Amino acid sequence: MNTNIKQAEIDISDQYEKMRGEKVNVSYGDKQALFDVDVSIAANKVTALIGPSGCGKSTFLRCLNRMNDTIDICKVTGTITLDNEDIYAPSVDVVELRARVGMVFQKPNPFPKSIFENVAYGPRIHGLANSKADLEEMVVTSLQKAGLFSEVKDRMNEPGTGLSGGQQQRLCIARAIAVQPDVILMDEPCSALDPIATATIETLIDELREKYTIVIVTHSMQQAARVSQNTAFFHLGELVEFGTTDQIFTAPIDQRTQNYITGRIG
Amino acid sequence: MSLLSIFLIVLCIAIAGHFAGRSKALSSANGKASGLHSLPAYYGTYVLSWALFPPMALMALWLVISPSVISNAITSTFPVEVQSLDPAKTSLIYGTVESIADGLRQLNPDQITEVSKDISLLKPLLAENGIALASDGEAYMVTSALTMISTQNTSRLLLSIFVIGISLLCAFYAYRKIEPRFRARNRVERFMLAGLIAASTIAILTTLGIFASMVTETGRFFSSVPPTEFFFGITWDPRFASAGDTGSAGQFGLIPLLAGTLYIALVAMLVAVPIGLYAAIYMAEYASPTLRSIAKPLLEVLAGIPTIVYGFFALVTVGPFLRDISAQIAGIATGDVANFIQAQSVLTAGLVMGIMLIPFVSSLSDDIITQVPGAMRDGSLGIGATRSETVRRVILPAALPGIVGALLLTASRAIGETMIVVLAAGIAARISINPFEPMTTVTVKIVSQLTGDLEFTSPQTLVAFALGMTLFFLTLGLNVYALYIVRKYREQYE
Repeated sequence: MNTNIKQAEIDISDQYEKMRGEKVNVSYGDKQALFDVDVSIAANKVTALIGPSGCGKSTFLRCLNRMNDTIDICKVTGTITLDNEDIYAPSVDVVELRARVGMVFQKPNPFPKSIFENVAYGPRIHGLANSKADLEEMVVTSLQKAGLFSEVKDRMNEPGTGLSGGQQQRLCIARAIAVQPDVILMDEPCSALDPIATATIETLIDELREKYTIVIVTHSMQQAARVSQNTAFFHLGELVEFGTTDQIFTAPIDQRTQNYITGRIG
Repeated sequence: MSLLSIFLIVLCIAIAGHFAGRSKALSSANGKASGLHSLPAYYGTYVLSWALFPPMALMALWLVISPSVISNAITSTFPVEVQSLDPAKTSLIYGTVESIADGLRQLNPDQITEVSKDISLLKPLLAENGIALASDGEAYMVTSALTMISTQNTSRLLLSIFVIGISLLCAFYAYRKIEPRFRARNRVERFMLAGLIAASTIAILTTLGIFASMVTETGRFFSSVPPTEFFFGITWDPRFASAGDTGSAGQFGLIPLLAGTLYIALVAMLVAVPIGLYAAIYMAEYASPTLRSIAKPLLEVLAGIPTIVYGFFALVTVGPFLRDISAQIAGIATGDVANFIQAQSVLTAGLVMGIMLIPFVSSLSDDIITQVPGAMRDGSLGIGATRSETVRRVILPAALPGIVGALLLTASRAIGETMIVVLAAGIAARISINPFEPMTTVTVKIVSQLTGDLEFTSPQTLVAFALGMTLFFLTLGLNVYALYIVRKYREQYE
């Protein structure tokens, strides 16, 4: 354990550890973005990554399903495990990894296809459905889980881009769920949405954690407090403090955490 | 006075006006630039613009209008029987008079009197001065030529007086207006605006002029050949236009030319589209930034090669190569070494034109593929799609309207392409589905109808305009449709 991270007295070790990052260092060319980050992601919990802009929280999130691989100059060292297996090991199939660790992005990005095809996209490319009926059931279930089905059931063949922003984001969540992942990564999923759509997504996140492990990057401390059980606070590429959300927001140990949650930095 | 010296005098007036205006502005503000509404240079520019542009506009207008006025005046001095000849002959005589006038300018007054008395002296005298006449000329021509000279001289003198006078007047007018509160800056802006409008007007009028001349010449063609025969005829056999026999029967069927054009364009697109598109996908989606920064300009160099170079590449390399290889294949297959691909063929032309079009397809498609938002890629990769799945299922469908637009633009280039087909496709106007034989295109026939000794009024020549119009509407239609599709596509992401 990195010595400069202060662990709270409330222990989180009783939770099953779904993912774990150890001494994760990330650099873009000459610029180092993350320094020796250690984080433990508990199963069926929502883990929030908070911190001011440019602190490296999104970078860390993108390491968890190796989305950083798509950036040529990005270099990742350290160990990240999923169910105790190193996801950066040479034998790992990146495509399969991303099917297990799905991702929802900051801006809703439905494909320019119909609502049905958007959700069916994952199952199709991974060959999850055995028949047409099977596929339809998967799409419906995913949309139901994403809380969107009742709103779109009559217009499954209309383009996904025609939905409202909040609906689009739930469509993207449904698209991620349809691949049947273990973990869902969310990169500021509500930053492009209005307060009502945000509230809907937050309720949805709370429901989803029964089945999935969720890691969410957020700019809003209120949102972290509302939806997450564990919180990691990043600052200038370092993990400053990690603990349960209650502890971080009520009794932060590090002065920088205290300053951030009271609005003095950020 | 020559046009150049008129221009130089006006320029001097304008520059002098610039300095005068500037210093008047400064002195009116007691030498303090801060007391002026605009920077001192603006007052100078204001005077300069007035002294320069209105006279220049007048000069341009004069030069455009005066030749036709003079020509009408001269033609009216011709004897009645000459004036009643058909327009083509009259214009021929007018041309002779013009060259006589050119010649007479170089003779001294005594010689001119001699020539006026004895017309037979005209031709040898002018020949001595380097002006060759086609005919001996007639007496009335000399009179007309003399009138022409004097009219032209008067016109030039009036032009000089008017232009320089107006320049002075305008400069004076502008100079008078200068005072500290005068808004020279805003006035100069108006001159700028007028200049910009003039530039775009010239561009538009030129286009309209070209179009109008095409329409009238096409109209003349259709007055001797019925449109139905042109558009639906399947034989292209224009014959030769012999002098005096303007009605000589040729067959002007567009169909074989159009078939050849479209066939060669199709072969070219079959070559260019897959290669260009795959190159674009590689450049946009896979290539590292370093590789892309080297490979993309290299690919675009291909677009800078003049098409005539592709043409002789087709003629001396690709055509013979295809011919020889086909002979060898035939030798292996049948034992008879007869080439079944001819050196000039649809295949040769299409292949080389396809290579020429690759950079257009790849460069346009690359721009369109990179315009697809990165979020689409992330969304697809983020749920475990491979890159090629992402390209096939997300990027290409999203970019499809734009790519179709790009392909239509490329197709319109293929249809209008000339040099490659002139050299590589052959000139036989035939309808065939065998790509190994020569066919010809609309552009090739335009070239061949307009090359050599021609009589301009014969349908054999005028058909070039009809062919040109056909091509024009074909490519215009494709371009408009392509732009429509591209524009529609852009709206999706904005």
